[in-house]
Amino acid sequence: MIYIKLFWAFFQIGAFSFGGGYAAMPLIKQQIITNYHWLTMKDFTDLITISQMTPGPIAINSATFVGNQIAGIPGAFFATIGCVLPSCLFVTFLSWAYNRYKNLSILQDILESLRPAVVSMIAVAGIEILLPAVFPSGSLSFLPGQVKLRPVLYFAAAIFLLRKKKKDPILVMVLCGIAEVAAQLLIPG
Amino acid sequence: MNKKILTNIFLSTLYLSTFTFGGGYVIVTLLKKKFVDELHWIDQQEMLDLVAIAQSSPGAIAVNGAIVVGYKLAGLPGVFCAVLGAVIPPFVILTVISFFYTAFKENFIIQAMLSGMKAGVGAVILSVVYDMGGDVVKEKDPLLIILMTASFIAAYFYHVNVIFIILAAALTGVCKTINRKLRNEA
Repeated sequence: MIYIKLFWAFFQIGAFSFGGGYAAMPLIKQQIITNYHWLTMKDFTDLITISQMTPGPIAINSATFVGNQIAGIPGAFFATIGCVLPSCLFVTFLSWAYNRYKNLSILQDILESLRPAVVSMIAVAGIEILLPAVFPSGSLSFLPGQVKLRPVLYFAAAIFLLRKKKKDPILVMVLCGIAEVAAQLLIPG
Repeated sequence: MNKKILTNIFLSTLYLSTFTFGGGYVIVTLLKKKFVDELHWIDQQEMLDLVAIAQSSPGAIAVNGAIVVGYKLAGLPGVFCAVLGAVIPPFVILTVISFFYTAFKENFIIQAMLSGMKAGVGAVILSVVYDMGGDVVKEKDPLLIILMTASFIAAYFYHVNVIFIILAAALTGVCKTINRKLRNEA
């Protein structure tokens, strides 16, 4: 049953993504591309891009989007429920336990050890989005014709705007998009 | 009165979830503004603890933040209203986008736009990684740096399942607690 599969896939995403936002991304990718083949890498990248531009957490946006693509609105419904249910159970339980015990030291140690792992997994997800944009053959190769120059330029400009000018990430991404539209309209071939 | 609280919880999370760009941490701050500073329904110190719970739990921080506030103010019905309010906006927005996605995927302008934005998304993500990684390095704890390096190698070169990496890191944290407890007793 596709609804149960969607529910279960996103239940795992909800249950194992610690740290919010980007931290869910590697898990979402693992589930919907590697394990279930629901989206192609290109669709996934589009989804992340769309998620960045709309309000709402990446995990919930993904659940709704993938559910809709795979099994229509009921699919979106089951995927989204699956995605929030672990939070509801876990956080409600913790809120209750907090009132009783108020000692969270083991939780704090777990969190502290999770953070470095989460950083690395986000890094991997970022690299896997960036590399195919720059190297059309999919592998690292710096021979002429094997590197797309415009994405390299956008990336450098984006890093400059984000780090030096402290510009808003959504604005920076939209500017990269507009630059590519202009380039394709103006440069023939 | 109870009905008024539930309505208020639902409308607040609905509103915040619709108009807040920039992720969970922003929503948590706004929840604090609303329920601590404006309505005075939760006191400052307790809100800090609730935020810690929201951040340390799995799942989206915006949803978790809604849950802790909902539970605190009105128990399980409060949780229900808060989650409903937090989830409806992204559900509706992404359903509409998904409906048009197949059509606009073929569109030349949108194709070019999304393709150009990929480099931007990559930059945004790596910039976040730089900040988060910097915070980890600043702690000057070799164990954390080893964990970070090992996770990267496992994920990037060996394609180890993400869930295993998370469980292994969590287990390291548990060992740390046990280790400290033992040392304190000795």
